[in-house]
Amino acid sequence: MKSPRALAIRLTFLILPIAISLAVAAALVIAVGRDPLEVVDALWKGAFKDTRKLGGVFNFWIPLTLVSIGLVVTFRAGLWNIGVEGQMMMGALFASWGAQYLLLPASLSPLLNVILIALAALGGMFWAFVVGLLKIRLGVNEIFGGVALNALVNVISIYLISGPWQPRIGGSAQGTEPFPTPALLPEYSPAFPVNLFMIALVIAAFVIVTIMLNATRWGLNLKAVGANMRSALLLGVATERASMSAFLVCGTLAGIAGSYRVLFTFDNLRPLASGGIGFLGLLVVLLLSMRLLWAPLIAFAFAAILTGSTRLQIAPSLKLDSSLAGVLQGMLVLFVILFHGVQEVFFPGTLEDEDDEQ
Amino acid sequence: MNEEFLNTLGSIIGTATPLVIASLGETITERAGVVNLSLDGSLALAAVTGFAAAWTAQEAGLLDLPAQIAVGIGAAMLVGALIALLVIFSSIKLRRDQVAVGFVLTLLAADLARFLGADYTRIPGPQITRFAIPVLEDIPVLGIVLFQQNLLVYFSYLLMFVIWFWLFRSKGGLALRAIGERPEAAYARGAPVQRLRYWYTFLGGALVGLAGAAYSLNVKPGWSSPPAMQGDGWIALAIVIFGGWHPFRVVLGAYLFAALRAISGYIQTNGLFIFGQEISFPFVLLNTLPWLLMIVTLLIVSGGLTERLLQYMPRAVQRRLRAFLRSDPPRALATRFEAE
Repeated sequence: MKSPRALAIRLTFLILPIAISLAVAAALVIAVGRDPLEVVDALWKGAFKDTRKLGGVFNFWIPLTLVSIGLVVTFRAGLWNIGVEGQMMMGALFASWGAQYLLLPASLSPLLNVILIALAALGGMFWAFVVGLLKIRLGVNEIFGGVALNALVNVISIYLISGPWQPRIGGSAQGTEPFPTPALLPEYSPAFPVNLFMIALVIAAFVIVTIMLNATRWGLNLKAVGANMRSALLLGVATERASMSAFLVCGTLAGIAGSYRVLFTFDNLRPLASGGIGFLGLLVVLLLSMRLLWAPLIAFAFAAILTGSTRLQIAPSLKLDSSLAGVLQGMLVLFVILFHGVQEVFFPGTLEDEDDEQ
Repeated sequence: MNEEFLNTLGSIIGTATPLVIASLGETITERAGVVNLSLDGSLALAAVTGFAAAWTAQEAGLLDLPAQIAVGIGAAMLVGALIALLVIFSSIKLRRDQVAVGFVLTLLAADLARFLGADYTRIPGPQITRFAIPVLEDIPVLGIVLFQQNLLVYFSYLLMFVIWFWLFRSKGGLALRAIGERPEAAYARGAPVQRLRYWYTFLGGALVGLAGAAYSLNVKPGWSSPPAMQGDGWIALAIVIFGGWHPFRVVLGAYLFAALRAISGYIQTNGLFIFGQEISFPFVLLNTLPWLLMIVTLLIVSGGLTERLLQYMPRAVQRRLRAFLRSDPPRALATRFEAE
């Protein structure tokens, strides 16, 4: 199996999709009359110039890793949880409600933080429950249920921002007033603006979900359901319960991710506060063919591209739309999927064992 | 009937046209057993490409308006078709999951559209002009509603009948349905399953591209970010399910969505009066209606709930309602076929 030839082919197929997507992105940049090297420079500086920028990378990494972990769970059960974006948003809404109405003194701020994160988890779980209910009991495909619920929660958030929760002065659709300080998650230091508690939470979620997927009956059941719904049912797996539990776990993590956006990244509720991070999580997990182990690392790379891309617009010689980040990420995932196919079809036997899923 | 009302109906038909064309395109793709999930992004990328191509032709000043529009439409259809080809190629040749590839493509195409469209944001460009059909436009009621539109709208009427005829009244349509239902059996009877899937996916994608051009050259002229048609691709995909993969019902679904949107838009600008009393409530929430309708229609056609409700109805009604609401997907939808 591990002949040098197989190894060489595997290495080639690791590098090729990355090289090609970079080349296509470079071609696009040239096509709009900019210098690709300058783009690379801007991306790098935008993400890693100093510890403040690095903090910005972590600010995307935290919610992105949380949703990616959750999505590995739903994918394991064979479910396409496109609703993850809306589950993030519902978490953000629940946290925003608490941040405005649960007023605790500054001394109890840590307690309030925990309560708000728990509320957000509940919000995400609730929205995931609706997708699950529609899918499992009422036969509505989770992709369409998810897309509709994403849109619904966005309309609701715009209504809240322009209605009941609008700022006292100068109400607009831009966002609510900044939340009271005790509700906000504290930053480690001005030089490294990241919330350490959330990082700890991400690591905990990663460890717990890894163990649950690989060393518990629940994880085994999910895999059985994901591989083949019918035979899992015949084997006595409670398929409905397994599917629903996958949705709920993912919704919980997405809700927490949503709370981070409003309690740390923005300090208030804005329309589309989830910022496409849920969809990006789907890309991360597809890139990894649903394996969890490398999710934090890939999420970090994607978060760095995302953070760096904000500089594309500001850099005076570039003035490029930041959607280039999405183009690069999308292309990377597309080519990885396609080349995985090329390898499987034309070089069978050079793939890692398919069962070796962790 | 008063003229204002008829004009409103006419404008609903007009604004529904991109949805009609996109849903019909996806219908033939899915009838062949292929799901092209990239619609939402494809529409955006086709729209911006079509607009940019038509605008460039206009700036060059070499072509007259119809030719500029033709260039735009051609470019948009090419984009839609190429994206669809990527879906079917990766499924047939590379054994990839159609849903996964389609989903990645929808995000990628949407971002590409934003990136490439940055220079074309909010600039005026060529637009498709109205063309009333002589004689037909003078038919009372129907004339105003159906025949004082543009050529794309007439094309969409024609498309609906052509697809219906092809699907249910032609030999080619029989093969098309067969490769979506039982590809093995179709293959055994000599149908070139893979080749047909390529063709119908290509054709469906080209129609999606045309729908994109219908936005940027007519219904929502020009380009803006976020794009005006954002979300419509998903609605089109849902309409195909609601329409039970039947062209007439699919078109009906598209008009229903457009009508609902028109009503909610009208109320949001003019307020709501019932018996002369102004009703006030947060009209923003009306924007939830299309999505609620999407969920409800899927609920109705996707079994479960309907089956339970039908139990309480008289037998005779039961059978007819069930037949009407039937919405069975092509049995081989989103699966791969491997010839021995």
